[in-house]
Parts: sequence; structure tokens; C-alpha cells
Amino acid sequence: MTLAAIAIARPPMLAPLSLELVPGSVTGVIGPNGSGKTTLLRALAGLSRGPGTVTIDGALLATLPAARRARRLAWLPSTRDLAWPMLARHLVALGLGPGAARDDAAIAAALAAADAGGFATRRVDTLSTGERARVLLARALVASPDWLLLDEPTANLDPWHRLAVMALLRREAGRGAGVVVALHDLDLARRHCDRLLLLSGGNLVADGPPDTVLSPANLARVFAIRDGIAGWEALAAPPAS
Amino acid sequence: MTPARLIAALALLTAALAMASLAWDPAGLRAVAARDPDLARAILLELRLPRTALALLIGASLGAGGAAMQGLLRNPLASPDVLGPSTGAALGAILAGYQFGGGPLAIAGGGITGAVAALLLLLALAGPAAGTATLVLAGVAISALAGAAMNLALSLAPSPYALYDLMFWLFGSLADRSLPQLAIAAPWLLLGTAALLACRHRLDSLALGEDVAQSLGVDIPRLRWTIVIATGVTTGAGVAVAGSIGFVGLIVPHLVRPLVGGRPGAALLPSALAGAALLTAADMAVRLPIAGEELKLGVLTALIGAPFFLALVLRGRGQ
Repeated sequence: MTLAAIAIARPPMLAPLSLELVPGSVTGVIGPNGSGKTTLLRALAGLSRGPGTVTIDGALLATLPAARRARRLAWLPSTRDLAWPMLARHLVALGLGPGAARDDAAIAAALAAADAGGFATRRVDTLSTGERARVLLARALVASPDWLLLDEPTANLDPWHRLAVMALLRREAGRGAGVVVALHDLDLARRHCDRLLLLSGGNLVADGPPDTVLSPANLARVFAIRDGIAGWEALAAPPAS
Repeated sequence: MTPARLIAALALLTAALAMASLAWDPAGLRAVAARDPDLARAILLELRLPRTALALLIGASLGAGGAAMQGLLRNPLASPDVLGPSTGAALGAILAGYQFGGGPLAIAGGGITGAVAALLLLLALAGPAAGTATLVLAGVAISALAGAAMNLALSLAPSPYALYDLMFWLFGSLADRSLPQLAIAAPWLLLGTAALLACRHRLDSLALGEDVAQSLGVDIPRLRWTIVIATGVTTGAGVAVAGSIGFVGLIVPHLVRPLVGGRPGAALLPSALAGAALLTAADMAVRLPIAGEELKLGVLTALIGAPFFLALVLRGRGQ
């Protein structure tokens, strides 16, 4: 997947950048609040109106027929709000694309992968925020898309499910999918990603393997934290936005 | 109940009600047929048929329009007449009534012209790329403006009789509707309802939010305008021949949606069928001789609708 010279002018801003993403790996997108993580994922999903293009295997995303989109990429926003009290299995089925034939096996497999199999016939408004987050993740997985663009899929999850989701993303990469995931948990990012994109104030300030990107200098400069003996320690001033 | 069974059951109910509406008072109809077969045929074909067909078509368009508008706005309180074309239709009908002497065909033509004018104004005001919030704001503004102009037109009525007639017409009724009135309204009602039903899959995707639906390949501006234009012409055509009939578009999707697992798109066809059944049944009810005078259909649907909302409130309090 290639993101060519995309620039988003209106806030939250993202400075012009070009990216080449490789399938079969997990790429983490990290940065403080307002650094442009969500904007970058939206741009990759073809949802920004600004100039720039996204190509998948040389084909322009914008010209991809609607019927093939769901198999190509899935975008999971960080919001968990849902307008209608739908059943979880109906919600997951929507990930197959509008008008796609119902695939009960794929729905059950996606719910199981997100450890949400027990919620299949529950109404989503009766689930907790974390449980709903897992059902929404299953929605993104159900079509086995080539690309998974996930905006903070581990938010609201308990420690066990956070680790389970990262292991799941690893398995998705293992079957050949390209996974791009925005994360706030730097420990998860360090341990489970192959590559990290570090954003600060709408600029891509570092791109590479986790140990290089999460250098003490970057952590201090971008996040205003340091790796202390008992975990992360805050520096005196908050991160610049 | 599976959606297929629900649809089959509602289709049967609607068909049964339509037959009952046509053959209303079978003993009386047979008595007329015995005396004057031509009169009986005229009653059946020229009075009962347009009345029943309009009840079915308007009810279906209100049910589908309400379900579509609620799905589009992701708001269970939206109704098909929220955006102005129905008020535009009422204004157009009143003006046409003054200008051309108040004949039913002039009123119908004026109503449809008013609805289309309101839609064009909405398109001009909001712009083709408008977001849903902008569209609703523009629609509410047009609706308020058309409502004010309608009240002004009513207060400037040339005679008390004209005012009386138009006020009664606005209450909504299907009494004495003719085949030509059916012919004027039916194409709009049929095409509009069909266009709404064709949106069902995309409307389901919209349950995930506009952005996710777009990432799944749904052309959001196109879907938005399809629903706005289709509900606009159907509600406009309905007002043009039957006056304003409220609450059907609001209540019916509420009743139907839980039966299809809360899916906004899957609720479209059952809502259309249930709307047709409800309006046909209500139109039979107003024919019962209660106060000597026939009850107005729009008054009855409001009388049914308000307690329904009360029931929702009471259920909400209990939870």
C-alpha cells in the first residue's frame, strides 16, 4: 500500500508525507494527542478530501469498485458509538460490505477471533464499552481484508484482551494482511509492532523499527516522558502539540 | 420471526386489509348491486379503488420514508416530513386552490409543484456536497418558511368557505378521491418508494456511521440525496392528494425495527408494508359512522400516534 504525498490542510493538520507500507507486517502509529494519528489512518482509508492518493498494489483506492472495497481494506475508527441497538452478529455482517451475501462462518470466526463469540445474539447497546470494542473489531476482521487500518483498537480493553488483540493482529499479519494500528500504549507498540511511525504536530518525525523510534531522545522530545526504573516518568512540561 | 416471514406476514395482512377496504360493507354493496349494477361498479372502481390504492401507496411511502429518514439521520425521532417538501406541497396546494378554484386536480398539481420547488430550494440552499447536519438545518428552515407562508395564505383566504375547505383538506383524508387524482400521485409514490427500498443495504452500512460506510464503498452524498429526494416527492405527492397525514412515518419504523434486529435498512420493506396496512386500516376506521360526519384520516393517525409515544415514554420510565 502506498500513500503518495498526502497533505491535509485543515486541522488536525498533517504535513505532506509519502509512505510505503508492506503487507504481512504490523505497523504502529504513535504520537501524543493531536499529533495526526487518526488523520493519517483516515487518509490511508481514503477518507480525506485533501490532495494525495492512496494506491494498493498499484491500483488507486479511489477507483476501487465498492463491491471489492471490503475485501481490500477495513478501517476501524476510535469511536464506539452506535446509533441503533443492533444484534452483534448483524453488526459484524456489515463488515462484509453493503449487499454482500451473508457469510455466517466468517461472522462466527471474526467474533471468535475478537473473543466476542458469546455476544453474537446480544444487542450491542447491552454490552460494555470494551465488549462493544471487540464486536467492532470483529466487524473490521470479517471480510479478511488485505489491509487493516485500526484506530486505537486496544482502548477500553482490559490487560488480557489488549494482549489478545495484539496477538490477533500478529496472526492477521501472518496470513499476509498489512496491519496499521494507532496505539497509545508504548509498551504494546514496542513489543508487538514491526515498524513504528512517530507523529508529532502533524509531522512524521521518525519511521523505523521500535527500538530506534522509541529512543530516549524521541521519547523526551515528542512525548515528554522518560523510561524510569518503575515505568514511564513524566517530564516537567507536557508534550508540544 | 425471520425477516422473510415478517415480510410475508405483513404482505398478507396488507392484502387482506386492501380487500376489506374494497369490499367494505358487503351486504350494502350487494343490495346496491341488486338494484343498480352500474352504480355498484362505479362505487367499486371509481370510489373504492382510488381510495384503497392511495391508502396503500401513501401508507407504504410514509413507512419507508420514515424508516429511511431515521436511518439516514441516525435518529429514531426523524419523520419523512422533517425536511420541508411536505410543507412546500401544502403551500403549493393552497396557492393552486386559490388560483384555480379549488378543484382536486389543481390542488394535487399545485401540491406536487410545491414539493418539487421545496426540494430544489433545499438543493440550492444546502448545496450538493452538504453534510447531513447542514441538510437538516436547511430543510427545517425551508419547512418553517413554507409553514409561515401557508398560514399567511390561509389568513388571506378569499372567503370563509375557501378557508374552511382548505383547513379541512389539510387535516388529511382519502374520502372521495378519484382515479385522476390517483393517476397524478401514483407515479411519484411508486418511484419514490422503490428508490427508497433500493437503499436498504447502504442504509444498513450507515448504522456504523457515515465514515465507516464510506470506507465500505458507500457513496454517502448520493445516498443522502436519493433518500431526501425520494422522501420529498413521496410525502409531497401524498400531501397533494390526501392532505397531511402525520405520525405514520414516525411510528411504523419504531414498531418494525426491533423485529429485524434493529437494522435500519432491513426495516425499510417491512415498514413500507406496515405503513400500507396501518393507513388502510385507519382509512376503514374513519368510515365507521361515529359522529355522523366522517372522521378525518390525519386526525385519526395523530390520535393513534400520540398515545403510542406516551407508551414509549412509560416504557422508558420503567427501564
